[in-house]
Amino acid sequence: MTESTNNSPSVTDSSNLRAWLTTETPRSRFQAKMTQLYSGWQSLRSNPLALVGFLILVILILVAVFAPFLATHGPSEQNLAMRLAPPGSDGYLLGSDEFGRDIWSRIIFGSRITLMIVVLVACTAPVFGLLVGTVAGYLGGWPDMVLMRITDIFLAFPRLVLALAFVAALGAGIENAILAISLTAWPPYARIARAETLTIRNADYISAIQLQGAGSLRIITGHIWPMCMSSIIVRVTLDMAGIILTAAGLGFLGLGAQPPMPEWGAMISAGRKFLLDHWWVATMPGLAIFIVSLGFNLLGDGLRDILDPKGEQS
Amino acid sequence: MSNAAGTATQKRRGASSPLLKRLRRLTTVLFSIIATLVGLLFITFLIGRVMPIDPVLAIVGERASKEVYDAAYLSLGLDKPLVVQFGVFLQQVFTGDFGISRLTARPVSDDIIRVFPATLELASVATVFGVLLGVPMGVIAAVHQGKWQDQLIRLFGLFGYSMPIFWLGLMGLLIFYGILGWVGGPGRLDVFYDDLVPVITGMILVDSLIAGEIDIFWNAVSHIILPASLLGYYSLAYISRMTRSFMLEQLTQEYIITARVKGLSEHAVIWRHALGNVMIPLITVIALSYANLLEGSVLTEVIFAWPGLGQYLTTALLSADMNAVMGGTVVVGLIFIGLNLFSDFLYKIVDPRAR
Repeated sequence: MTESTNNSPSVTDSSNLRAWLTTETPRSRFQAKMTQLYSGWQSLRSNPLALVGFLILVILILVAVFAPFLATHGPSEQNLAMRLAPPGSDGYLLGSDEFGRDIWSRIIFGSRITLMIVVLVACTAPVFGLLVGTVAGYLGGWPDMVLMRITDIFLAFPRLVLALAFVAALGAGIENAILAISLTAWPPYARIARAETLTIRNADYISAIQLQGAGSLRIITGHIWPMCMSSIIVRVTLDMAGIILTAAGLGFLGLGAQPPMPEWGAMISAGRKFLLDHWWVATMPGLAIFIVSLGFNLLGDGLRDILDPKGEQS
Repeated sequence: MSNAAGTATQKRRGASSPLLKRLRRLTTVLFSIIATLVGLLFITFLIGRVMPIDPVLAIVGERASKEVYDAAYLSLGLDKPLVVQFGVFLQQVFTGDFGISRLTARPVSDDIIRVFPATLELASVATVFGVLLGVPMGVIAAVHQGKWQDQLIRLFGLFGYSMPIFWLGLMGLLIFYGILGWVGGPGRLDVFYDDLVPVITGMILVDSLIAGEIDIFWNAVSHIILPASLLGYYSLAYISRMTRSFMLEQLTQEYIITARVKGLSEHAVIWRHALGNVMIPLITVIALSYANLLEGSVLTEVIFAWPGLGQYLTTALLSADMNAVMGGTVVVGLIFIGLNLFSDFLYKIVDPRAR
């Protein structure tokens, strides 16, 4: 996604680099990859909304990394003399909450929690879904029946209710919230992966590998997984917004991150008590959630146009 | 959803007589429904069992003697193997018995029957909002594909997808109730109207009309309008997006060209011919979004103090009322499965090509 800054010795100036990146006849595997990335970047650039989404996410990552430098206060630093200070008051850019904690700093540090949730869910649910879907699709027969039945059962639950029930069973807390979200997020990936696998399964190149003696495991991981990647990535990006909202919802109900963690949903929940008199306490973290999930949605929408133009109907 | 697996099996078995084929398909569908149901119940059961709360203590209290505790333990059947316990649970569920709620001290099934109409009312009004606005927006976006109208509607929908519903609810309350005072606050009615209408359907909008209490009806309207329109915004985002994509597909069809060549007005071509055909897949979408509203309504109900299923479920969760949690989860799951099936079924009835 990032513009490739390739340091190959033959490249001397930018026009040369562009020629190298846009060639029809790549000389190496690396060049082919870079060409692909570059054309992806080009189409992303031509879609302003997707670019905005991409920028929002870059900013989110930067904010999370440089949180201690951007924050003006510690995330749990209390100052009861300055409790519920309105936005713009001395040293409190976005105001302060009921313990006199700086909302701006808490939002900044909260970005780390959001990012952690997103990364952990994105590393587990799609992988599990991919595994289930491709195995079911490739093997067919009874493994397919059993795996898809299980997927359907999980799909039959509304996500938030299932996550709520899981968290209630496992105990409230951010780790359990992440686990519960992952447990509820994998079934759509399994469906997508299975559908992709069914279209690939009978392709000639798979038969060729089978004839060479490759086993199921090798075919699934080495030859089917790469083909499922683009639709999975689109789905992950689009899902992330929903995952952030679910995590925030759990935090809001007091089942996710526990105080004094600066989790955005829990912050809204705390501000709810003073909504009418001190609107900023609940409003500011909500804006943060909104901007980040909008970023994921915009990027996902753009990526779908680029990688998977027919995906809209699935 | 379950059809993909079904068609795959049929392909392998090869074509036989149409009647046999239909029977086979029916058994596959029936089997998958039953498997999904049992699975749903099993997961709910497991969740109830691994909850870190001792169900016996919840009944006998902390200061009970060993004998009382043991008696309650045996009477709950907790000494039996898990499989047997699951069997008992299944039996109870199929007779509509979810046990007694610890919080309300009433049968969970009665509680659910009491709270469900509120959720149904909210979700229905929200869906009406979503359809009335979402479908025309989707059509307009498709007709002006790629132009500013399309972008604007797309952005509007993405905003809906991106906002935490509980936050949007709070902001709505802050602006329209706190500052402007245009709508009623949390709850279904103002306090002094409570319990004045005889409960018939449980939906106040309907009940108040039946009782001829116009004041109460308008009061209920002022209370439902905000949560319903916010929930409706979510289904609007989904419905308009799907309408757009269905419309784009239809507008490239040959019958559209024919209609234009015949000299029909653009209005008739789009709103009558194209939209008419889009209505079929759209029914499925609307049914699905209706099911999804049940989920969105959990948080909305908490924000708006709406005494529906979502609030019942969250209160039960937070106070570890196990029977209520399990009962509520099962009911939500059942409705979800039911609506999914219904939309599949409806699709096959209205669209002969899907048979």
